[in-house]
Amino acid sequence: MGHNQQSAGTTAPPTLASAPTPGGRRQSPAPIPLPPAITTTPAKKNLEQAAPVFVARGISKIYQMGDIQVHALTAVDLELYDGELVVLLGASGSGKSTLLNILGGLDVPTSGEVYYRDHNLTVDDDAELTRYRREHVGFVFQFYNLIPSLTALENVELVTDIAEHPMRPEEALQLVGLEERMDHFPSQLSGGEQQRVAIARAVAKRPEVLLCDEPTGALDYTTGKLVLNAIERVNRELGTTTAIITHNAAIADMADRVLRMRSGRIAEVHRNAKKSSPENLVW
Amino acid sequence: MATLDRKLIRDVVHLRGQVIAITLVVACGVASFVAMRCTYKALLASQATYYANYRFADVFAQLKRAPDSIAARVNEIPGVSQAEFRVVADVTLDVPGLNEPAQGRIISIPEQRRPMLNDLFLREGRYVEAGRRDEVIISGAFATANKLTPGSTLSAVINGKWQKLQIVGVALSPEYVYEIKSGEMFPDNRRSGVLWMSREALAPAFDMKGAFNDVALTLAPGAVEADVIQRLDDLLSRYGRLGAYNRADQISNHFLSNEIAELQVTGAFIPAIFLATTAFLIHLVLSRMVATQRQEIAVLKAFGYGNYSIGFHYLKLAFLVVLGGIALGIGVGWYFGLKITELYMEFFRFPVLRYEADTIVIVSAILISLGAASLGALAAVSRAVSLPPADAMRPEPPARFRSGFIERLGFHRLVPTSVRIILRNLERRPGKAMISIFGISLAVGLLVVGFFLYFDTIGRIIEVQFYQVQREDVSVAFHEPRPAGVKYDLAHLPGVIRVEPYRAVPAELRFQHRTRRIALLGLESAADLRRIVTKDSQSVKLPPDGLLLTTQLAEILGVESGQSITVEVLEGARPVRKVAVMGTVAELIGLSAYMDLRALNRLMEEGQSSSGAFLMVDSLRIPELYAQLKQTPAVSAVSIPEVALASFNQTIARTMNVSTAILIGFAVIIAFGMVYNGARIALSERGHELASLRVLGFTRGEIGFMLLGEQAILTSIAIPVGFALGYGIAGLITVAIDTELIRFPLFISARSYVVAFLVIAASAFLSGFLVRWRLRRLDLVAVLKTRE
Repeated sequence: MGHNQQSAGTTAPPTLASAPTPGGRRQSPAPIPLPPAITTTPAKKNLEQAAPVFVARGISKIYQMGDIQVHALTAVDLELYDGELVVLLGASGSGKSTLLNILGGLDVPTSGEVYYRDHNLTVDDDAELTRYRREHVGFVFQFYNLIPSLTALENVELVTDIAEHPMRPEEALQLVGLEERMDHFPSQLSGGEQQRVAIARAVAKRPEVLLCDEPTGALDYTTGKLVLNAIERVNRELGTTTAIITHNAAIADMADRVLRMRSGRIAEVHRNAKKSSPENLVW
Repeated sequence: MATLDRKLIRDVVHLRGQVIAITLVVACGVASFVAMRCTYKALLASQATYYANYRFADVFAQLKRAPDSIAARVNEIPGVSQAEFRVVADVTLDVPGLNEPAQGRIISIPEQRRPMLNDLFLREGRYVEAGRRDEVIISGAFATANKLTPGSTLSAVINGKWQKLQIVGVALSPEYVYEIKSGEMFPDNRRSGVLWMSREALAPAFDMKGAFNDVALTLAPGAVEADVIQRLDDLLSRYGRLGAYNRADQISNHFLSNEIAELQVTGAFIPAIFLATTAFLIHLVLSRMVATQRQEIAVLKAFGYGNYSIGFHYLKLAFLVVLGGIALGIGVGWYFGLKITELYMEFFRFPVLRYEADTIVIVSAILISLGAASLGALAAVSRAVSLPPADAMRPEPPARFRSGFIERLGFHRLVPTSVRIILRNLERRPGKAMISIFGISLAVGLLVVGFFLYFDTIGRIIEVQFYQVQREDVSVAFHEPRPAGVKYDLAHLPGVIRVEPYRAVPAELRFQHRTRRIALLGLESAADLRRIVTKDSQSVKLPPDGLLLTTQLAEILGVESGQSITVEVLEGARPVRKVAVMGTVAELIGLSAYMDLRALNRLMEEGQSSSGAFLMVDSLRIPELYAQLKQTPAVSAVSIPEVALASFNQTIARTMNVSTAILIGFAVIIAFGMVYNGARIALSERGHELASLRVLGFTRGEIGFMLLGEQAILTSIAIPVGFALGYGIAGLITVAIDTELIRFPLFISARSYVVAFLVIAASAFLSGFLVRWRLRRLDLVAVLKTRE
């Protein structure tokens, strides 16, 4: 499985298209016709040496649900580094979504502080959080959430229209292998295709972080892997810091680091010595 | 309570914003229906009661002079039940505190009080005392306008001499429910009034001792009115008859009945707009509810709830939504109706006002509203019923979109993505867009029609009547026709700049079997102070010979230009002649027949006689002129268009303000109801999409634009559509209200359009603002986790 392993210092990684598909594995996805690498990949330094993109210190989140207080997060400390692919693993209710929402500027912690680079997200008001999401964050949802009245291309354009230095929308769609289906409306696309449009939409503005909430949750095995492939490729080729939340432990193998969450705490941090290519994941 | 009903109530509570908007629309519809129907019935009942209790006559006739002996013969006419023989005289009055001379019509009453036809209701004071020659009772509107009470005095030129009159009472008469001079459009209660005086006092002064010049009679059951009128005319023809007529031609009754009939028309039209809006809103809201609740419907069906109970469940919801509106509407409508009726009482004077809550009106209001709600619920209910349970278990499939007309037109690249979202949403559901457009345009149309009815029409009539037709400063009428020299006498009065004499003769026009009594008006060929003007403001020249008839009169007679009609003059030598109709003119007001003054003089076989004159006057010398005119016995009437107009404007100002306020309130509620519901439904349909966009970094303003842009476009389309609709309805009204009394000019001012635009735009903006405020509450976190 060494072909796709991402090692520090690699400057010209092989593209997904060139990755061979080893035989003998269960249901390997059909190869997606992907174009050659289109961006120059930023050189990745040793992750630990780079400044962290996110630093969270002692964040807690308490929801008031009627008369009951729910402790969604309890004193969580966390760093996410530049270019890193992190999988947040946990059962439902473990707090992983809450953590992702806080990192994505959708929610603020009850206590503790979260820094995005040198920017304190915990003191922002709604308008500042909106600007933060607009400029720096790409979101991928479990149910794609495409705008049904816009074609694939237009869904991407929607975001590039408001971004500072976006890639061309066509380019983003090429990145996920959908340049042939640009003019289709969501109702004319399969679930996997819709999710890949969503990924193209998320990355088209060249965000510094890509946050994916159960990106394969609504997809079958084969399409799920295609989507993970697309995410992995974005992380590798664009160097976008990526966090995926999932309850599917098999996905953890494609991560640089795996954070296992339980009852609102990070129970375990695990660094993969060898990252698996999404094609090689089995669940 | 059944669990399903509990769901019903929770659904209503959940939808409260939209329910309130619908409730208001229903309430307006019901209120306008109840108010107008109750007012209509109140006027009708008050009229009927008044006429019956105070013995309003059925047939009326004026004549020059007949001896009392003729009275017995009138009573002998088959079909006559009771008759009243009176002396009626027009006099010039000097009212304390009034510079201008006023006009009075003095009517004789028996010296000893007894029940009579057209009996008096004494509002204040007492009946005249036998033997007192200077006591009068005055009419209510005249008394109120001049603040005259029993104990006040006024003077009148009686028999060429000024005589001081003591006011002993103020009374109302069924003959003068609407106190207006014949030939006038607007009442001027300051400068004209009715006085009642004992016959013993009045008759000698006008050379009517042992004689009468006015007959009023009631018919026996089963009598044929036309026969009685014919016999009365025959009987009175030797005594200078001026033509007998029935209630329909009695001026006060004519105005009152006309108003009641108009109230019946508008009373149907305005509630209909609200009920249509109600049906639209229920349709929109319920369709959306069935769409969001399809899974619940499926579960209910899976549990064995039948189609009937599910259909009825949603129908009940529609009923529940309108119920509050009905209750509110009935209460408000009843109160408004009372207020409107009270406003009417400023114009129409009844001794007792019969305003009652009418069960039939209330029951109809309830049934009609429930009917509108059922109509609106129809589509949604049938969709809920026909939903196959297995299908419904699955969420609604993603909305299908296609490339629309903007792509076909090829300029979609120029349109920003956010605008494309708006356009495609509109295009995907054209039916829904049409309903919204039509609903909002109804509000626009309502305003346009309302402004048309209340302002433009009256404004136009004033413009035409007072500035184009009646251009004189003062007009005077003589007791008797005067020879040519009177023109020079008038010219020598203080301040008079120009004199244009006219001749007015009562005449009966006949063509084939059709007959019409009218005052034939002879004008100088070069007349400038009184013009003949069409309803489109075109000035028309008088033909040197023959008749010019108003279009309406020509239609009544069934005569066309070029044909000849018989003119029987009811004055002087009473010639009967064939006269050619030389043309017709479409005027705004009344029925008229015009002739050139000289041609009329020839027809009358008289010299250059005139019955009165139009004067142009130096405004600085007006007080002097008024003082002089008050002293001129030959003058029976003086009218001053300008003061009549001012007094009219003052009288109707309050009515206008109230009507405008109600109208704008109504339109705001409709527009608000449509836009608010439209936006709330769009928010419910697209809340998920908008929340996703917020997550992607779009600001509240940007998604607000995407949500409300749709409503903005619908409103912008609806406004011109509403203008057209309003114009169309106004056109229909001009056709419907085409009475002898008045024709409505189809003219809508720019001001009406502008105000309608502003009102609708403001209410759309307000409702948009309220919905935009809700965007704060979009749950951004939920969209990450839930399927729509």
